[in-house]
Amino acid sequence: MYFLDLFCQPGEFKGLPYLQRQIFVLFIFMKFTCLSKGGGFHFPPCHVLNVCGFRILFDCPLDLSALTIFSPVPTGYRAVVDEKDSDCQPYSTLDSDCVTWKRQKIGKPLDANDLICAVPWYKIVKYLHLWNVSFIDVVLISSPMGMLGLPFLTRIKGFSAKIYATEVTARLGQLMMEDLVSMHMEFRQFYGPEGSTFPRWMEEEELDLRPSALREVVLGKDGAELGGWMPLYSAADVKHCLQKVQTLRYAEEVCYNGKLVIKAFSSGLEIGTCNWSINGPKRDIAFISSSIFVPAHAMSFDYHALQGKDIVLYSDLSSLDTMEGIEDGYSFLTTDSFSTLSWEESAQSLLNTSEHLEEREKLYYLCSCAADSLKASGSVLIPINRLGTFIQLLEQISASLESSSLKVPIYVISSVAEELLAYTNVIPEWLCKERQEKLFSGEPLFAHVELIKDNKLHVFPTVHSPKLLINWQEPCIVFCPHWCLRLGPVVHLLHRWSGDPNSLLVLESGHDAQLALLPFQPMEMKVLQCSFLSGIKLPKILPLLNVLQPKITLLPEDLRQKVRFTNVNPFSVFHYSENKTLIIPSLKDSSELEIATDLAFQFQWRNLKHENMNITRLKGELHVAHGKHWLHSGNKPSKSNSSKSRPLLHWGTPDLETLLSILSKMGINASVEQGVGVEGSKKACIVHVHDPKKALIEIGDTGTVISAVDENLASLIFEAMDSILDGI
Amino acid sequence: MKARQRGSQKEIKFHSMAIECLVLGAGQQVGKSCVVVSMNGKRIMFDCGMDMAYHDHRRHPDFSRISEYGDFDKALTCIVITHFHLDHIGALPYFTEVCGYRGPIYMTYPTKALAPSMLEDYRKVMVERRGEEEQFTSEHIVECMKKVIAVDVKQTVQVDKDLMIRAYYAGHVLGAAMFYTKVGDSAIVYTGDYNMTPDRHLGAAQIDRLQLDLLITESTYATTIRDSKYGREAEFLKAVHKCVLGGGKVLIPTFALGRAQELCILLEDYWERMNLKIPIYFSSGLTMQANMYYKMLISWTSQKVKETYSTRNAFDFKHVLNFDRSMISAPGPCVLFATPGWISGGFSLEVFKQWAPSEMNLITLPGYCAAGTIGHKLMSGKPSKIDLDKDTQLDVRCQIHQLSFSPHTDAKGIMDLVKFLSPKHVILVHGEKPKMATLKGRIYSELGIRCDDPANNETVCIPSTHHVEVGASNTFIRSSLNPNFNFSKMSSEDESDSRLKDGKFMPWLQVKDERAAEGILVEEKGKRAKIVHLDEFLLMLGEKKHDIRFAYCFPINTDNLEDTKSTDVSSSSNALSVSGRSSWLPMLYIKLSDELSGGNIQYFGEQIQVESFSVSLCLKDRCPYRIVDSPPNKCEAVFFCCAWSIADEKLAWKIISILENRNYGTL
Repeated sequence: MYFLDLFCQPGEFKGLPYLQRQIFVLFIFMKFTCLSKGGGFHFPPCHVLNVCGFRILFDCPLDLSALTIFSPVPTGYRAVVDEKDSDCQPYSTLDSDCVTWKRQKIGKPLDANDLICAVPWYKIVKYLHLWNVSFIDVVLISSPMGMLGLPFLTRIKGFSAKIYATEVTARLGQLMMEDLVSMHMEFRQFYGPEGSTFPRWMEEEELDLRPSALREVVLGKDGAELGGWMPLYSAADVKHCLQKVQTLRYAEEVCYNGKLVIKAFSSGLEIGTCNWSINGPKRDIAFISSSIFVPAHAMSFDYHALQGKDIVLYSDLSSLDTMEGIEDGYSFLTTDSFSTLSWEESAQSLLNTSEHLEEREKLYYLCSCAADSLKASGSVLIPINRLGTFIQLLEQISASLESSSLKVPIYVISSVAEELLAYTNVIPEWLCKERQEKLFSGEPLFAHVELIKDNKLHVFPTVHSPKLLINWQEPCIVFCPHWCLRLGPVVHLLHRWSGDPNSLLVLESGHDAQLALLPFQPMEMKVLQCSFLSGIKLPKILPLLNVLQPKITLLPEDLRQKVRFTNVNPFSVFHYSENKTLIIPSLKDSSELEIATDLAFQFQWRNLKHENMNITRLKGELHVAHGKHWLHSGNKPSKSNSSKSRPLLHWGTPDLETLLSILSKMGINASVEQGVGVEGSKKACIVHVHDPKKALIEIGDTGTVISAVDENLASLIFEAMDSILDGI
Repeated sequence: MKARQRGSQKEIKFHSMAIECLVLGAGQQVGKSCVVVSMNGKRIMFDCGMDMAYHDHRRHPDFSRISEYGDFDKALTCIVITHFHLDHIGALPYFTEVCGYRGPIYMTYPTKALAPSMLEDYRKVMVERRGEEEQFTSEHIVECMKKVIAVDVKQTVQVDKDLMIRAYYAGHVLGAAMFYTKVGDSAIVYTGDYNMTPDRHLGAAQIDRLQLDLLITESTYATTIRDSKYGREAEFLKAVHKCVLGGGKVLIPTFALGRAQELCILLEDYWERMNLKIPIYFSSGLTMQANMYYKMLISWTSQKVKETYSTRNAFDFKHVLNFDRSMISAPGPCVLFATPGWISGGFSLEVFKQWAPSEMNLITLPGYCAAGTIGHKLMSGKPSKIDLDKDTQLDVRCQIHQLSFSPHTDAKGIMDLVKFLSPKHVILVHGEKPKMATLKGRIYSELGIRCDDPANNETVCIPSTHHVEVGASNTFIRSSLNPNFNFSKMSSEDESDSRLKDGKFMPWLQVKDERAAEGILVEEKGKRAKIVHLDEFLLMLGEKKHDIRFAYCFPINTDNLEDTKSTDVSSSSNALSVSGRSSWLPMLYIKLSDELSGGNIQYFGEQIQVESFSVSLCLKDRCPYRIVDSPPNKCEAVFFCCAWSIADEKLAWKIISILENRNYGTL
């Protein structure tokens, strides 16, 4: 395995001249490396695929959950900052007493003072920094979340990959990144500008003093993740990054370098998120990111478009996050139970709406909890940044307020909220059928358009906006970033309401709430943790593969036990795990090739004697375009035009008798001189021709030599030989 | 004996298929666009328009030509509608609901969203104005639109396994698209109406460079080269401004969609710039509802308009107010948009009656009005009186401004598009016959592309492209992609004079990459045809190669060779002396270089090689290949042995004759 890993390190072919590299790698196997399995909706997986000699990177996310190790910016509500523990203090005060005091803390449960007080750094995918990014040829971005780390790549000198993302993913990703940059500004303003060197908290001796839980977030389990930390990019980096992204519509075709035809198809997870279809001359590949079959806002998972591909790269790891709860609820799945399912039944089972209803119920429950708090004159704080959930909650909550005739304002506070809400209303092509129907009947796509118009919904860029201060009313409902509870308006509002037992905080489950809420302890506020559908559920994986019918499927190792295949399953399965390179064998020993008709018309077919086979020589120019090989007749006339029908290659053993009879039919008299080898040892026979002119035919095991006095006779003898041998 | 078959019984068949293009409408005319294209067994109807100049059966395309018995579902694979104008979609509800076509219909999102209002508007006008029996009802429109599948620009839509369509942005009106259609290897583009220059609210047409067998393009302005639209827009704005400054009222009769929003954007922008406070009204028929569509579809507008969506949607008209009937005779200047566009009845007619008699007021007219409408009467000359009906006459004293900007491409745009796409064939539709003929000539003479301009109900057949799909072995692909460098030297004879020929210095050595894919196509019963490399082929058969070569050993008279010896070679009489022998080959080399032009002659010391032909000195007493009778004075002859393979048969005998000639010449 070590050898393989070594072999797959970046740069293996760069030493070769371009042309040779092209030729060499065209025929090597496909390779797949999972760089990170990610974690949850906000941190999608990240992979590298080597195919057709191109290196494709799937997604470039940020692990924003790691931000929880930092202390949020202190606000006016809790102005007393523990100066002693602040990182901005000159460290000359650190004495041995202090160290031992800190040592004692390592074993204890975390408290707010353990958090790092510094301008936060951000953590990219752990193994990505081990790769030389200048060797990446293509980056495919499946979701806005998968884009957040992209400016780190694009600002590296030598990075030259082509980046593809859907129009909406690029736009939403841009808004998310701009929001991140603007929220991050608050830290900068508080701590002052960052130095160019490593921050103190990253130094080894400093880390040793931190509690182990915290240290693990910084270093990772194997200690290799320290290199993944980066100071945040700037607004200029984001702009520069977006300029490099080529945006696509769903099902728009782009051709990379003539060889790969790339298309994005809706995945249903969010508006604009996608799965990929990559067609090459030898393989058709489907890449499946986290997908939702029947979403309530985005266009649904277009799995039909991924049918019949050779290879499915299954990268929806959402079922891993919710695995624990499932183990007792569901029995293990094997293909046995599904092998009896017909294709239609499989397709049917994918579209059952139970999960859709489940999601609706969650929202109803959430709304009723919110209403309870409001009735007790507490406020509701919803730091949920999932666009779909946010928009639907807006609609649900406003409707439930309406029905319970509660008159409380709804605020959305974010630097990009106004643009985000406006944007969602101008992209009908990217939404689910029900929303599109609204377009056709001339209604706004989402309810927030009317809510803003009716002054029920107020949108502000920051908590300090003068308009907000004038407008502010409590109790209220606030939607604001950021879900990690370290950045953005949520920090201010949590400080304000954490002591109010009537107020409600809605969190997305799946993250360490204990750690997230640490700086806000003691929390009097009610906390509601809610999980939302983030991908394909375990029971649907097999029916999906049944419908897609690939020849090869790549599944994460973690699903090996959960999704079991019997021997009879029609496709082979490979399991991948983090930072191991999988080598996937070629399926076909041949490529597809299209021959131009004019060339095909020039074919001169020959029928082989023994085999049931027709053959023809062909010559042309080979082109690679649009993921296919094309053979055209070259523009120069072929040299062998005159002797077109003359076979140039022969095989078989000539039969002397036949030769003589054919020669005599041609009017050529010949006699055989057996067994006299030219070199004596070899058994060759010589045929002498005297009439009409002198000639000699020397027939050996591997070849024949014709020697005649003139061209005509030589040519005639050749024809005779040709007719007793197979040739082309 | 073996039988050799040529071409027969082959599993790979080459049908020479054609694309058949039946023009049902807009053939040598403007109006009722409808073209039915058959390619590789699929049949697609592009547009299903109505001709508003007729009131009888001629207003619809002659659908009976598609299917004699009216079985349209079987006869057509799908319908593609390019945009929501009536001359492109007007007959669709009739075709689906009355004629009974139930197959799929494709159009862009905006077209699907806006077409129902457009059709409903038209239906109302028809019924209200003439009390005609309606062609289709409101329910028909609703039912018809349910069959429509909306597509996005550039989205690759697989209609069925073989038929693929893709929309490209066409400008013209919101949602207008050109459609790329591909079946197998045959591909065409049907443009619908398009605009190659961006205007105030729409972008310019955009399309990829595609491999096309056929381009069907509109040719409204087949011979006109238009100046910028901005000038004409400025004229319109000036006329409106002048009127309202003078306290007059401006009536802009339009249909609900398209032109109304375009002009409104113009006016809003102008009002903003000039800081005008005069109200702009929309009549009740022209609801803000229409603007709602535009707001949601803003991504289909021009770059400039769509960039502003978040701060202020350009279709959120600030200055526009709703109009009330009571305001018709209210004093003071205003601008009013009212339906219908041709003043054929309804509210626009009502307002027209009130406002037309005053010379302070202004009426703008669209570029086209159906015959028989008031709009049409106003366009033809400048009448002072208009008959409203048998008994009523109306004095028309107001000013009239005819809008002259039109969102169609001009002749240059058409030529640019044809040149850009370089299809194998062009068909012109949607234009005037004489002008189309001129354009047709230009396309053929300037671009060398065959071009037709069929009349209605004519069919044009053009050949289509096909490829044969086979497998190809890796070795074959690899060897085909390998560079194959060919080094050729200038022959010695050329050196002195031709190297400086034409004032250009020709290099001694030329290197060419003569890469060629050479292989063998193998077809076995029951297997897919596959190309393999020559080397693989015999392995595949399990046979051994049997090499057939030619050999020839012949004498050259040494006496004659002596003559050609250069001065530095000693004139020894012993022809077989070592020094003498070794000098024969260089002499042959010089001779060959002199007489054999263009060949790649190489001299390796022991032998001379030209392609597969090699010649060397034969030292054997009895060479088996010495077929030719030896010359009498044997001792004075030097023998040379040649060998070659069949590929260079002609070349070999030519060289031999050159070398022997010397010999014979002296005998």
